[in-house]
Amino acid sequence: MSKEWPLWEIFIRGQHGMSHRHVGSLHAPDAEMAIHNARDVYTRRNEGVSIWVVEAKNISASAPSEKGPLFDPSNDKVYRHPTFFDIPEEVGAM
Amino acid sequence: MYAQMVKADGKGVKSREEMDAEERAFQDKIDRDVKIEPKDWMPEAYRKTLIRQISQHAHSEIVGQLPEGNWITRAPTLERKAILLAKVQDEAGHGLYLYCAAETLGVSRDDLLDQLHSGKAKYSSIFNYPTLNWADIGAIGWLVDGAAIMNQVPLQRTSYGPYSRAMIRICKEESFHQRQGYDLITKMAQGTKEQKAMAQDAMNRFWRPSLMMFGPSDKDSVHSAQSMAWKIKINTNDELRQKFVDQTVPQAEYLGLEIPDPDLEWNEERQSYDYGEINWDEFYQVISGNGPCNKERLGARVKAWEDGEWFRDALTAHADKKAAKKKKQQQDAA
Ligand SMILES: [Fe+2]
Ligand SMILES: [Fe+2]
Repeated sequence: MSKEWPLWEIFIRGQHGMSHRHVGSLHAPDAEMAIHNARDVYTRRNEGVSIWVVEAKNISASAPSEKGPLFDPSNDKVYRHPTFFDIPEEVGAM
Repeated sequence: MYAQMVKADGKGVKSREEMDAEERAFQDKIDRDVKIEPKDWMPEAYRKTLIRQISQHAHSEIVGQLPEGNWITRAPTLERKAILLAKVQDEAGHGLYLYCAAETLGVSRDDLLDQLHSGKAKYSSIFNYPTLNWADIGAIGWLVDGAAIMNQVPLQRTSYGPYSRAMIRICKEESFHQRQGYDLITKMAQGTKEQKAMAQDAMNRFWRPSLMMFGPSDKDSVHSAQSMAWKIKINTNDELRQKFVDQTVPQAEYLGLEIPDPDLEWNEERQSYDYGEINWDEFYQVISGNGPCNKERLGARVKAWEDGEWFRDALTAHADKKAAKKKKQQQDAA
């Protein structure tokens, strides 16, 4: 049996006010060690102010084959973008 | 390079007519510079070749810690020691970024390490040379990391998303490596007569092995065409080697160090340096396990892995115990 430590996905908040971003993954025996390791592997140069770790097996992802059904519908809704509407210059910034 | 001898799978580059619909869509994406992500469809040969290339690269970062690690306890000042520690720690990080990228292709970390430890997987020939004097640490940062940068910068644009992102992180950190090396060897080259002799000695031993880092000459580089079509190789070996020579010669001149190549000469017509033939026999010997330090390097890796086993097991046992305790507390509370 493999004694490999589980894989963790690492998310780092780069600066205050930003959201956490996925930066990569690493192996660790538990969440606490994953945070410690993430500090050494992904924030050696002040890249972060906060770390999230999620065990990779707990992440569900959309499949590439779903790309069409999931994202195509938003393509034909151009009116969701402000540039769809012409506003007369006279009324000023809007 | 760090991945010098990657055998590409598949039977040569297919024409568009020979490709089926999936393969064509895949190649179109690559041609349009759209990244391939882990769950996307990819030809089996692309996946296998990439695993080989990324893991060779990862192994090189890991084994590459050893020649420099050799000098950490003997660094001449506390500052140099701290710098060297930080540099070597970066290389460990590079290995980890790359192992993770390889794992997204469906290979396990244990398998990758097994391939390294059994001698089945290759790593860069350069790390099988000894570090004999302190100036070697300067030569490694300047020349070895310098050569690595040459190759890694274009690889940031490689077609496989996780590999590309790992390369971007790595490249951000490499400049420090090369500069600290050049700074170190500058001090030596401008120091006492003895120090300058040590710098020259380091140059003499590391110059040709550094040129070998780019891999076999283009005429013997049989797998390049497919790798280039897949954009997992961006430039040819000789292109990058030439670029490295042209960049490095003036840096050596500035230091007053001689390049140990009697055939090195500026070629006005090509606006480039000509350089002497590389001893390819030595290269093939070193890459296949018969270099000066191959046994020592692999032995050190295997020993570290085996000596660390009880510790890895203990951390797992501790994590299991904590998880069981937490579960029980939750049950009791319910
Ligand atoms: Fe590196
Ligand atoms: Fe480096």
